[in-house]
Amino acid sequence: MEWRPILSTLRRHRIPASLLVLEIALTCAIVCNAVFLIGQRLQHMQMSTGIDEHALVQIQLAEIEPSPDIYARAREDLAVLRQVPGVQAAALTNQVPLGISSSNSSIKLDLAQRQPTLNAGTYFGLDLPQTMGARLVAGRHLQADEATNVDVVLKALATGDAKQLPAVTVITQAMAQRLWPGQNPLGRTFYIGPVGVRVVGVLADLARANAYNDATAHYSMVLPVFMGVGQNQSYLIRTRPQDRQAVLKAAVAALKKADPQRVVTRQRTYDEVRSKFFENDRAMAGILVGVIIALLTVTALGIVGLASFWVAQRRRMIGVRRALGATRRNILNYFQAENFVLATFGIALGMLLAYAINLFLMLHYELPRLPAIYFPVGAVVLWVIGQLAVLGPALRAAAVPPVVATRSV
Amino acid sequence: MFAYYLDLALRSLKRNKVLTALMILAIAVGIGASMTTLTVMHLLSGDPLPGRSQQIFYPQVDATPAGYAKGGPLDMLDYHSAVDLWSAHRADRQALIANSEVKVRTPDVSLPPLMVPMLATTSDFFAMFKVPFRYGSAWTAADAASRARVAVISSDLNDRLFGGADSVGKILRLKDSDVRIVGVLQTWRPSPLFYDVRAGRFAEGQTSSFYDKPEDVFMPFFSGLEVNAGNFWQFTCWGKVATPGHLQDAPCVWVALWVQLDDATKVADYRAFIASYAQQQKALGRFASTQTRMPSLMQWLVFNHVVPSDVKLQTWLAFAFLAICLFNVIGLLLAKFLRRSSEIGVRRALGASRGAIFAQCLVEAGVVGVVGGIGGWLRTLTGLWLVRRQPVEYADLAHLDLGMFGLTFAVAVAASLAAGFLPALRASGVAPALQLKTL
Repeated sequence: MEWRPILSTLRRHRIPASLLVLEIALTCAIVCNAVFLIGQRLQHMQMSTGIDEHALVQIQLAEIEPSPDIYARAREDLAVLRQVPGVQAAALTNQVPLGISSSNSSIKLDLAQRQPTLNAGTYFGLDLPQTMGARLVAGRHLQADEATNVDVVLKALATGDAKQLPAVTVITQAMAQRLWPGQNPLGRTFYIGPVGVRVVGVLADLARANAYNDATAHYSMVLPVFMGVGQNQSYLIRTRPQDRQAVLKAAVAALKKADPQRVVTRQRTYDEVRSKFFENDRAMAGILVGVIIALLTVTALGIVGLASFWVAQRRRMIGVRRALGATRRNILNYFQAENFVLATFGIALGMLLAYAINLFLMLHYELPRLPAIYFPVGAVVLWVIGQLAVLGPALRAAAVPPVVATRSV
Repeated sequence: MFAYYLDLALRSLKRNKVLTALMILAIAVGIGASMTTLTVMHLLSGDPLPGRSQQIFYPQVDATPAGYAKGGPLDMLDYHSAVDLWSAHRADRQALIANSEVKVRTPDVSLPPLMVPMLATTSDFFAMFKVPFRYGSAWTAADAASRARVAVISSDLNDRLFGGADSVGKILRLKDSDVRIVGVLQTWRPSPLFYDVRAGRFAEGQTSSFYDKPEDVFMPFFSGLEVNAGNFWQFTCWGKVATPGHLQDAPCVWVALWVQLDDATKVADYRAFIASYAQQQKALGRFASTQTRMPSLMQWLVFNHVVPSDVKLQTWLAFAFLAICLFNVIGLLLAKFLRRSSEIGVRRALGASRGAIFAQCLVEAGVVGVVGGIGGWLRTLTGLWLVRRQPVEYADLAHLDLGMFGLTFAVAVAASLAAGFLPALRASGVAPALQLKTL
């Protein structure tokens, strides 16, 4: 391939050529970053919750009349739910993983500490990890005799009398690692406010309800607190995946039958919880995919347009070259090589720009650095698109007959 | 002359239809994308209270223990500070607000009970925020003082419960109390829902909930607290709450105070007033810190980063996209004009001035811009339709108003003229002699 004539032709058409280079560079920079953003969103959407998601349904009720005994009411409800055919387990909880509305506590390792060590999602429940299917990796589950009613807990915390309080908890591995890196968390104590809590079990994973930040999404603990009704609590029911809809319907009917004076504010499968939590990320990923397609299309069309024009402009030149012995393949290769040169300049500039945009995004959107793999992949994609776009005009150029050279304009 | 140039431009555009279509498409796509995001930005970052927002302020004091609120006072007030500041009546208008959710039933209508958001507020709220009424009016200060059981409801709730009829005087059962409706609002959709904006700096850019609808039930502050006792939301607490939802004496912030101050002297006076209040409370031992803050409404919105970060990102993307489309159009126009060098040479030789050639080329670019603008407008409508289908609170706000409609065309024509400038300049620089020689 003879490169010199290509470069000298491009030098004579400096402005259109540099415009195309700029266009390719901008496209390259934006597409690299957009693909990276999509990757980030998808990765965030893949977040594990550590629970058996496809086997769970959630029902949330609001009381119209306050129940005289909120704990008896809740125990009755749970008994009713366990009678519903298809229900494997039922538990009361104050929140669900990825449920958005959350309950959290600041945790200190030492009462003298000024700043809390971390903030963790605080689940209230007893057999909650078992019902959700969160796997225990060390220690034991919470036991029924450790349970405290929620009003006792609140009163004790208000008066500072810690005797009545649940002194045990089950925490996630992620939280244990953060609190005591590399050590056995079992039997250790941390503080919620003034109250010390001892770790008796460790869960493989349990995401918090407000898992917006990947770094802290898995800091959760379960306290043996019995919620009772009328406190924005919800029932989590475990069943077989294929029975979810039927069980949900039957469970709602059974709860309404047990006390008709209630409003069901929420009834959904856990899959809906997850889908609701990530709907913004999904929408944004969709928009970014649309932007990438549109950008690549516009760039490809720009290449087609300019190449077509150059082909038409150089018909005489092509005819002369053909008459002097150049084959169709030579002509085809010439235009392909020309596009390759333009694309290469564009890609080189685009990579610098992509890096700059990434730095800007890192500053403003707390994104990580663009992995190096994006650069070669982006380059190859743009080279391929450039070659595909130029193929049509180049074939038309190759089809110019040598006789054109002899015709006067 | 313009008509002649227009005729020439149309002829030239018709000569190469594919190329023309490509240019128009590029302008249309670029304009469509950027105007869609610009419209959303415009909706989300606009002034929710035009003409009044400069006079609205959000006073804050700090009742937390020493060292608790390091970055300035918390986003809301504790009950006692809020009520103290409000009852001093030092501002032209002032409104307390507290949020909760309330169970609503109607004795006359057989509908299942509803849970709707309720705002407990004081009577100035409606006049201060220019809230429009469809039926009835706000409650009076006398109603509030006598703790009357009255309420104002949203047009949306009125439609749901009473089919849009005048429901003033009708009775609602809120939780366990009978409450008389005194007013029904017109459709009122401030964007953002500015008086409920708070905690934006902890939201990691996920602020689309600031664009939610206003509450459905408004009740006088103190009777509202009685009627819906136990259901009020705290913003945050620094100690444990003895009975959840009953926050009057709890170590929590959960009440907001908005004040209207009509001139700069009053603003300065009010700042001095809250500073002296904080001093006095510290002397009494109730406050540990004397830090105060009083942002104006717009400052408060900026402080809370109300525009969601996703929307900003989309706007950046859209304008980069428009830039790429413009490079595309510049390249194509340049190729097109220079290909006509010989024709331009003939016209120059026959006496056309450089300016005339330049004008002719710009007219051609302008035609592309106008047609591209129409395409861009259609694409913007499609884009906004897509935004309305997004799962975000501001979705229903996304409509093209007249100003943005005009702007769409202005941007399209300006963009294509800008794109045409360089090619037209090059074309008008064509030397006639050189072109005529090769003919």
